[in-house]
Amino acid sequence: MTNLLLLQLLNGLQFGVLLFLIAAGLTLVFGIMDFVNLAHGVIYMIGAYLVVTFAGMTGSYGLGLLLTLPATLLIGLVLEFLIFRHLYDRSHLDQVLATFGLVMVITEAVEMIWGAAPLTVSMPEALSGSVPLIGPLRYPVFRLAIIAAGLLTALGLWLVITRTRIGMRLRAGASNRAMLSALGVDVRKLFTLIFAFGAMLAGFAGAMVAPILAVDTGMGESVLILAFVVIVIGGIGSIKGAFAGALLVGVVDTVGRVFGPILLKAVMDPSAAAQAGRTLAPMLVYILMALILAVRPAGLFGQKS
Amino acid sequence: MSPRLRNIAALVIFGGFALLPLLAGMLGESFLIVIATRILAFAIAALALDLILGYGGMVSFGHAAYLGIGAYAVAILQRAGITDLTLHLLAAIVAAAPFALVTGAISLRTRGVYFIMITLAFAQMAYFFFVSLSTYGGDDGVTLAARSTLLGQPLLESDRVLFYVTLGLLIVLYLLALRITQSRFGRVLTGTRENPVRMQAIGYSPFRFQLTAYVISGCMAAVAGVMLANQTEFVSPALMNWHRSGELIVMVVLGGIGNLIGAVGGAVIALLLEEFLSRFSEHWPLFFGLILIGVVLASRDGVSGLIRRIGGAK
Repeated sequence: MTNLLLLQLLNGLQFGVLLFLIAAGLTLVFGIMDFVNLAHGVIYMIGAYLVVTFAGMTGSYGLGLLLTLPATLLIGLVLEFLIFRHLYDRSHLDQVLATFGLVMVITEAVEMIWGAAPLTVSMPEALSGSVPLIGPLRYPVFRLAIIAAGLLTALGLWLVITRTRIGMRLRAGASNRAMLSALGVDVRKLFTLIFAFGAMLAGFAGAMVAPILAVDTGMGESVLILAFVVIVIGGIGSIKGAFAGALLVGVVDTVGRVFGPILLKAVMDPSAAAQAGRTLAPMLVYILMALILAVRPAGLFGQKS
Repeated sequence: MSPRLRNIAALVIFGGFALLPLLAGMLGESFLIVIATRILAFAIAALALDLILGYGGMVSFGHAAYLGIGAYAVAILQRAGITDLTLHLLAAIVAAAPFALVTGAISLRTRGVYFIMITLAFAQMAYFFFVSLSTYGGDDGVTLAARSTLLGQPLLESDRVLFYVTLGLLIVLYLLALRITQSRFGRVLTGTRENPVRMQAIGYSPFRFQLTAYVISGCMAAVAGVMLANQTEFVSPALMNWHRSGELIVMVVLGGIGNLIGAVGGAVIALLLEEFLSRFSEHWPLFFGLILIGVVLASRDGVSGLIRRIGGAK
């Protein structure tokens, strides 16, 4: 039982860091520009598709990943230039509509380019094995690599945000955009940067999970909505909140799916427990969100507005 | 939109629908009635959304959940041997109300971007609930044995009767929504959209009014779900996919928010456009999306502004 718990905790952590990479860009965009971006999930999807193509072209997953990063950064820049910058001072409703339209366009375009069938990419040889944890328990190296990469990115982001001038402006922008602008900082340029960087992080996340998932056009949607939950739990605009929220959601979701039915079996008969567990487990994170909101409407690390 | 113009628009739209089976009969194109019934059902849902979006300023991105609740009410009652339409409608409302009450109460603690995301998240929760409901087909959904019965008779098996019943429900709900917005309750709701702080200062609690409107809207959308289930005779979680919620918002905005009949018109426009685009390309969402982006970008004050400008009015 403890072995299973450990395993699921690691899986939850892996899912959590992934969610963090997606939520990080999203929360900054929300926090600083008060901008609703539904198209963030499709960029994660594009990251996965690109790594499949680039890995196929170069014959190496590592090289594919390296090419995917600038490519998604570029996509972020182009989208920001063409569409997003015209929407900053619009109502949330207009932003929802335009980015919803963008989701339709990109999803359909991806299906036209890559086809509707799910794609796969093989993971690099060096990371394909598993390592012993405790006793007979083993864990895939690749998942550990995802966790490590995610945690390193989080550390890097934290250093940038707390230790550099750009980071200082970011924090200032999140708490008061108008004041920052009045102090002579070009908020628009700052935002273009954040947006493209956030797109790259999402693309990075997509590229990293591509070897352990089937790459299809639906993959962006579920993580987008979970990333929203993460942001709501953590507090809009807070990277710290996104990190805490992402790990919380990742672990609760993963562990809940496995241990929900097991725990329920203790109080009801097995078949009912299995059904109830299956039904309740996917709802757990939303219930968690509701509970946190009931206590702290602005999220765990959000500022009161 | 002036009240007079709105009445004329309502007369034209509802009258047009009422005459449609005649036209379909003359052309011998009976599938027109099937498409029109689908449009009417979505028009009910769009109307429901406009009540809170247009009058209460609440951008709910989770209204598809209520469509699903209504549709599953039909599936679940039918399996229990209850086939009457009025009971299905009642059950849909009774099921939607508490869901709307609880999720609305939590969502309304927040506003703006938060509200959009939280309503979306709760709809997704409902979606996953029905996906995991394996007794009702899970992800694949469930085919209905038959349509609901009316007065103990299988009257709705006729597409034409189903069409007129749906149209009747839409008209009744439209008049109801109109009454609501013109009542004191509706005025307060509009006031909270404009300025919640002032409403509070003159002695109203915005939360209660918003929550009541949210629950009413959820129940109306559940009615739409009942009719949709009857039209397709098939119920699946796909009905409550988040894309569906987005499409409902598109309908409301296309028709112009905050005048009720616009939502009905928007449903007609959006679904006809969908129907038209899907005829000449299987990749129709691409074009639909491009049109959507184009419309939003082309007009500084949003889609309703564009419509106003095309209409030549100020």
